[in-house]
Order: sequence, then C-alpha cells, then structure tokens
Amino acid sequence: MTATGTRTGRRMLGVHAAAVYGFFYAPILLLVVFSFSGDRLVGQWGGFTLDWYREFLDNEQLTAFHDGAIWTSLKVAAVSTVVSVVLGTLAALSLERFRFRGQRVFDALLYLPIIIPDVTMGIMMLIFFSEAITFADTYLGFEFAKGLQTIIISHIAFNISFVSVVVRARLAGMDDRLEEAAMDLYATRWQTFTHVTFPQILPGILGGALLALTLSLDDVVVTQFSAGPGATTLPVFVFSLIRKGVTPMINAVSVVMLVASLVLIAMMLLADGLRAEADETA
Amino acid sequence: MKVKTWGQLLAALLALTLVAAACGGDDGGGGEAACAVGETDGDLNLYNWSEYMDPDLQTAFEAEFGVSINEDNYDSNEAMQPIISAGNSGYDLIVPSDYMVSILIDSGDIMPIQKDAVPNLSNLADEFASGLPFDPDAEYSVPYQWGTTGLGVDLAVTGPDVPETWGLIFDPALAAEYNLEGAITILNDPRETMGAALKYLGYSLNTTSIDELNEAKALVADATNRVAAFDSDQYDELLVSGQAAVTHGYSGNFLVQFFEADDPEQYTYFVPQEGGTRWVDNMAVVADAPHPCTAHTFINFLLDAENGAALTNWNYYASPNAASEPFIDQEVLDDPIVYPTDQSKLEFIADTGDFEINFSDAFTEAKG
Repeated sequence: MTATGTRTGRRMLGVHAAAVYGFFYAPILLLVVFSFSGDRLVGQWGGFTLDWYREFLDNEQLTAFHDGAIWTSLKVAAVSTVVSVVLGTLAALSLERFRFRGQRVFDALLYLPIIIPDVTMGIMMLIFFSEAITFADTYLGFEFAKGLQTIIISHIAFNISFVSVVVRARLAGMDDRLEEAAMDLYATRWQTFTHVTFPQILPGILGGALLALTLSLDDVVVTQFSAGPGATTLPVFVFSLIRKGVTPMINAVSVVMLVASLVLIAMMLLADGLRAEADETA
Repeated sequence: MKVKTWGQLLAALLALTLVAAACGGDDGGGGEAACAVGETDGDLNLYNWSEYMDPDLQTAFEAEFGVSINEDNYDSNEAMQPIISAGNSGYDLIVPSDYMVSILIDSGDIMPIQKDAVPNLSNLADEFASGLPFDPDAEYSVPYQWGTTGLGVDLAVTGPDVPETWGLIFDPALAAEYNLEGAITILNDPRETMGAALKYLGYSLNTTSIDELNEAKALVADATNRVAAFDSDQYDELLVSGQAAVTHGYSGNFLVQFFEADDPEQYTYFVPQEGGTRWVDNMAVVADAPHPCTAHTFINFLLDAENGAALTNWNYYASPNAASEPFIDQEVLDDPIVYPTDQSKLEFIADTGDFEINFSDAFTEAKG
C-alpha cells in the first residue's frame, strides 16, 4: 500500500516537474525554433533558413567593430563587472568582518538596488546624471557627457549589491577559526587575507562576477535611462526595433544572447563546483 | 582602517549627490550664439525612430561637413520625452511627432529654430511651412516626414471592389456584406478612433461640439460588437497574418508590412473618402544641445530638394518638401498609400484644450 502510494506520489511529482520545466522552456524553445523560420512573421513557419542570422551579422549598427551595439554591451559588461567585483567584495568584507557605527544602515542601503524596481533605478540614474553633469560643469570645471561612461557607472551601481550579497553568503559560511588560527601564527592582516580569506571566498567572488556580467548584459531599463549619444547596448537596440515590427531577426539576436547567458550560467555552476571542492579540502 | 575609508567614501559620495541635487534647476547652456549657414560645432548626436534615416544620407552629410553622426533610436514619443526633459541628454536633434512637439515646447525642452541658418526652409510645401496646429508659427519644429491614418484591408476576404469608406467599420450592413464581423481592429487611441467616427459623420475630427462627439460615441459603441480588438501596436501584423480583415492604423507601418508579404497585391491601404488624420514627424533642436549649429546645418541639409527626395525614396514616407517632388521616384509619388489621391479632407489632430477630456471620456464609455 505505502509502496504504491509512494510510486503514484513520485509519478505525480514527475509530472509536476515536467510541467514546470515545460512552462519555463516552451517559450524559449519557440523563440529558438522561429529564429530559423523563413517567414517574416514571427510565429509562422516558413521553412528552415539562416537568413536572420546573416541579417543580424550584416547589420552595421549591431556588429560594427568598436561602436556596434554588441561591442558596447561587451565593454559595459566587462568594465562594470571588474569594478563592481572589487567594490562589492570590499563592501562584503567590511560588513561581515568588522563592527562599526552605522553598519546596519549601510547593510540595509546595500540591498536597496536589489529591492527597488528597475524603472525607479533608471529614473534615479536619469536625474542623477543630468544634475551631475550640470554640477561638474558649473562647480568643478570639467565636462562630461552621457554615453558609455554613464551606462558603466549605473551598471556598477546595481552590480555592487549583487556581488556583495553573493560574497557575504560565502564569508558567512566560512569558518572564523581559520582566520584566527592564521593570526595566532603571527600572520599580518594582509597575509591572513591573501593566504586564507581570499582563497576561501574566491568561488563566491567568481560567482558574483558571473552574476554581475549576466545582469549587465541583460539590462534594458536602467541602460535606457542612463545611455547617451552613440552608446546603445544590444538589449536596448533590440527593444527599439520591436516598434517597427517584430521580425525573426530579433529571435536570432535573442538566441545569441541566450547562448551567451547559458555559457555564463554554466561557468557559474562550474565556480559552484569549485566551491564545493574547496569546502571538502578545508 | 579599510572600514573607515569605505565609510568616508560613501559619505562623501552621498554628500556630493545631495549637493548636486540641490544645485540643479537651471539647465540649459549659456548664451546661444547665432549659427551661420553650414556652420558645424561638433559631431551630430541624433535621437530618432528606428529605420527612419537613410544611412547613405548620413554618409553624405559626414563627407560634406567633416563631422560624424551618432544615431540612437527610440520606439515611442513617450520613451524619448523623459530622456530629453531630464536635461543633459547629450542629444542635439530629435524627431517628435506632432502632439509631442507642443508638449516639448511647453516644457521648454526644445529651442527655437534659427531660421537664418536654415535657408532651405523655403523648400517646404505651404501647408507645412506654417500653421501646423502643434507649432502654428513654425518656431520650434521643422517637418521631417508625414503620413496618414486609415484602413488596411485584406482583399482576399472582402473581394477586390471594396468601397473606400469608414462605413466598413461603422456601418453594420456594409460590415456584414464584406464578411467583417469580428475581423476588425481599431486603434486604441481616443483622438484617432473618435476622429474616424467624426469623419464618417462628416464632421471635423477637431470638433468641440459635444453633440457631434456624442453621435460619434454611439457609432464607436455600436462598432465594438464587430471589433476583434482595440489595438495600436500589431494591427499591421494581424492583417497580414490573417487574424483580421480590416485594421485601422498608420500608413507607413502597413506599407512596410505589405512590401514584405508573400503577395503584396492581396492587401491595400487607403484613407477613406470621408477623410482622415494626417500626422507629421518633426525635427527639433534640443534646448541644451551640445552642438546646435551642426543640428541646424543637418536640418538644412535634409531640406535640400534632392536629399529630401532621397529620404522619401528610402523610407517610403511622404515628404513635406515641395522642391523634392521632381526627384522622388514616380512609383512612390503614384502610390496612393504614400500620397493619398485626395488630400483635401485630411486633418491634423489639433489640441482642443479643455475639450480634450471629452474625447477620452467618450472613447472610454464607447468601449464599454
């Protein structure tokens, strides 16, 4: 009785899992399939073709070296990831390892970019940069304009939070005694950090970096508000195309972005594997 | 130690933000020097609709004046407006549609056109040179391209001899005769849709008579029985994918869609004989444009007879440039979708001021 009961239960769970995955992946599958469709209308199969990928590669605004949307996206993602990883890790260390006045305030503030809606963040950036440009020009005597640099700054702003959350989780799970032991053995703070703490939290830092990279490559809303002349990222470009009718070229671009994201996720899982290994050896 | 610096850095950043916010307010650069004809003061930062500017014209401008053009695209007036209104957007030239021009004028976000720097303004057709409802004295905007609002029809459903009338939507007998029950979409826009009904009744679409508006409201309410959707985004695709047989929408979108359909002859677009909306997209110089002179030079460049024609030959929207006509492909000029044969009954949507709310109310009530 109980055995069959478990079996039905298991089968039900299996069906449920399949339904959940189907719900997740059916739209993605459709997107991929129709990127190879010969018909101009999205959703109508017109025979297999690679034309949309060719059109995508031929599109100067997308692929032009240096200032095409793809290159802009890559530049923004790379720079914002490196900077936010450094700042985010420092923030995580200070909040997790030290006690200081106002710590809880900073703690709460750090979560803000994760909690507030994208649109709010975008509008904040829009107003901030507008005022900052005026301020820099009138009081500090230097000029800067909206463009690549402002997109990068806004991406750093939201990525710091995500990186520090990931790194802090790693720090919290780390055994304090390792650091204490190192210091008992007369390691300086810096030596303790480079020889004990850093190797331990490295998987967390890598995970945070890949998360930051993915978020930066995918962002539309915040980017749209902080972008300036001559700086359009890939997702923003796709968004502006939709108005002129959705052709399967958008599917092709999306598939390329999807593959890039999948690669990043695979790398994140790999970093996770590293973390597990590090835990075992510890 | 590290802690202290980090905290101080944050505090300093926070303070800077507050100061910057407090000091804001007076946007806009200093004195605007008059621009000479053909003068450039840096690269042009253009903020435009996507696929609206001929890349060859850009290259020609860059070659002639030795500056480059950075073009970015937006997908709606509403997406562009907040970016510009916040100030310091970095853009020089934008292309807002008619009603958006008056909004941008009211908020002080675009600067008056320096007419001396744009001698080619004289090439504009009379009806575009001045008197446009959103900018009556043509002080702030220069027409870029224009088009109409009308009906797209699937001839495979209706048969080839379909009458060019708003009655296809508003007359139940006609709708039944041409198999249009549940196969109609109309724009989800109070001014456009109430305007269509007003035109069908023979009134102005800028009426301020509540009685006329009520008549139109009754027509739209009755039409909802036959309408599949109120739609402003996908009407052209719904038509060519066979999900609707008559759809109400903007000329340019239909044309692009028909052009790439398997059998372009299967579809047609017309402004009904009762008349309809004429809309116009305009060039305007942003109030705090970093390179206003280049922007004026570019406007003058596009208003050149041959350049204006090249633009129309490329994007298939009608040109407001009268001097361009000899250079526009005959095929485009003869296309009634681009240039309606009878333009006498076309109207611009004008701001009706306090009466505007009645249009929204009537539309909402009619939709039920």
